[in-house]
Amino acid sequence: MVEWTDKERSIISDIFSHLDYEDIGPKALSRCLIVYPWTQRHFSGFGNLYNAESIIGNANVAAHGIKVLHGLDRGLKNMDNIEATYADLSTLHSEKLHVDPDNFKLLADCITIVLAAKMGQAFTAEIQGAFQKFLAVVVSALGKQYH
Amino acid sequence: MTTLTAKDKQTVKAFWAKVSGKSEDIGAAAVARMLVVYPQTKTYFSHWQDQSPHSAAARKHGITVMMGVGDAVTKIDDLKEGLKELSELHAFTLRVDPGNFKILSHNILVVMAIMFPTDFTPDVHVSLDKFLAAVSLALAEKYR
Repeated sequence: MVEWTDKERSIISDIFSHLDYEDIGPKALSRCLIVYPWTQRHFSGFGNLYNAESIIGNANVAAHGIKVLHGLDRGLKNMDNIEATYADLSTLHSEKLHVDPDNFKLLADCITIVLAAKMGQAFTAEIQGAFQKFLAVVVSALGKQYH
Repeated sequence: MTTLTAKDKQTVKAFWAKVSGKSEDIGAAAVARMLVVYPQTKTYFSHWQDQSPHSAAARKHGITVMMGVGDAVTKIDDLKEGLKELSELHAFTLRVDPGNFKILSHNILVVMAIMFPTDFTPDVHVSLDKFLAAVSLALAEKYR
């Protein structure tokens, strides 16, 4: 089980209480598809992903980005049992979606960078540390049911 | 994955021209974040009296690192050759595990996002990420 300090819990809860999902979700997913273009393999049905401009303007990408970001909510609500919380989603990503779990880290890095751009200097090293720890635990949980 | 296209090189040079004036602050901030968020990296700095992220030594190191990045921009057409001596330094004297290059690169990107949110577009991000990966590879060239 992961140990969380009170400070970490407070930082993470604070971030999510102020999180603009409709802004950050689309930006994070589109950045991931642009910076790591091999991740586009899962979205062939999404329409035009030809270049950065079309990815950023793609409504399917935007909608999916919001959905994926909300996927973090359940981890936030169950911080002391993240592994079990994501077991079903892990199975889904493995058996149905066939997503390489290494890709979860790529998206996590993009979420971090988009959030950093939004928060500016308010995204302190301490906040970055807590947030990246949370994402890393979720990423690990999502990879747990792969075999 | 590490071949920089003409577009990558152009993008990196143009972005660097915009941000290089702040290179000292960028470097200091990236190193500070690295020391806090990835505390295992402090193992390379046990010789510093003050290992805190905003110490004079940490700031100086950030400045040194970013000077290296800036130098690499000018040698972008042949990083392996251009960074040969730096690679020898890292391989034989510093012996930094190359996994840490990725960590510092990530923190440089985070700082770029914070300091230049409008200029650090996804297109700039991908070219800069590729560039830092290529620099890291060139730095690891002499290791074995």
